[in-house]
Amino acid sequence: MRQILGIKRGMARLFLENGDSVGVTVIEAGPCPVVQVKTRDSDGYDALQLGFGTARKNLVNKPLTGHYKAIPPARWLRETRLSMAAEANVGDILTVDQFKVGEKVDVIGTSKGLGFQGAVRRHHFRGGPKTHGQSDRQRSPGSVGASSYPSRTFRGQRMAGRMGNARVTVANLQIAATRPEDNLIMLRGAVPGKPNAFVIIREAKKAR
Amino acid sequence: MINLSTLGIPEGTTAPAVFNPGDVVRVHVKIKEGDKERIQVFQGTVVQRRGAGSDATFTVRKISAGIGVERIFPLYSPNLAKVELVKEGKVRRAKLFYLRELTGRSAKVKEKEKKSDAEKPTRADAAE
Repeated sequence: MRQILGIKRGMARLFLENGDSVGVTVIEAGPCPVVQVKTRDSDGYDALQLGFGTARKNLVNKPLTGHYKAIPPARWLRETRLSMAAEANVGDILTVDQFKVGEKVDVIGTSKGLGFQGAVRRHHFRGGPKTHGQSDRQRSPGSVGASSYPSRTFRGQRMAGRMGNARVTVANLQIAATRPEDNLIMLRGAVPGKPNAFVIIREAKKAR
Repeated sequence: MINLSTLGIPEGTTAPAVFNPGDVVRVHVKIKEGDKERIQVFQGTVVQRRGAGSDATFTVRKISAGIGVERIFPLYSPNLAKVELVKEGKVRRAKLFYLRELTGRSAKVKEKEKKSDAEKPTRADAAE
């Protein structure tokens, strides 16, 4: 599975060659060195461990120093599973060149943390009526269960709570443009997280 | 650091002619019909400019058959063949939305008077 690690930089307006104007998310992706090659024999599965960014010195302890023998310490490490033994070696560098303009990709990121939110915002509940003698009901979640049977609230009942700050995958975003010289990739549409958030780009699993 | 506002502008594209709110411009728009392309002109008063970089747009207002028509153009759109400056207007604000409420002669923006250098008050005059 082709994959690359990156940082979301923000959104921009891009003009295509046919004159269309599209909103794109700009992601700085790669270069990602291969830090470790995992094989079925030694690890039980085939995978590549990719690095991205530069780690601060105080984040690299002694055991990690050994792990980073061949390449400079990376800020992020992520694995990409392979269906067959890898053709890559430790030290190989993956760049945005592995993706073509027009291709579909999936992006995995961490959504914006929105804090404690009510049921209306978090689960699109409708709240209560505004009129007909109601008081303090406009954004209430309503009933959370029946009465003496079952005498409890079922697990998974949707309620108010912490929203966002979760791993989110956005599928099938089209690559509008790439700029290999700046390690930039521009995707049509939005991507989870704030600017400067870490994201993973991989080839679309369910490309349409 | 990447400059997001200029990233979307295709290389070699330059901003069209310099114009400001209140100016009268002729906007030459490329229009595709099937596989044919032709140019249509939209002439009117610039009501506002907004945004920066590739996201910048401007709004042109004209009265067409007695009805006010406004069109918003992206400043760097490849569909704009050119923007001609016809007249410079004299206005006191950046957004001319008040024109929407006005009709006839009062809806016209006065033309900027071009002062020759000799007439301009100099610093020395002001000091006297």
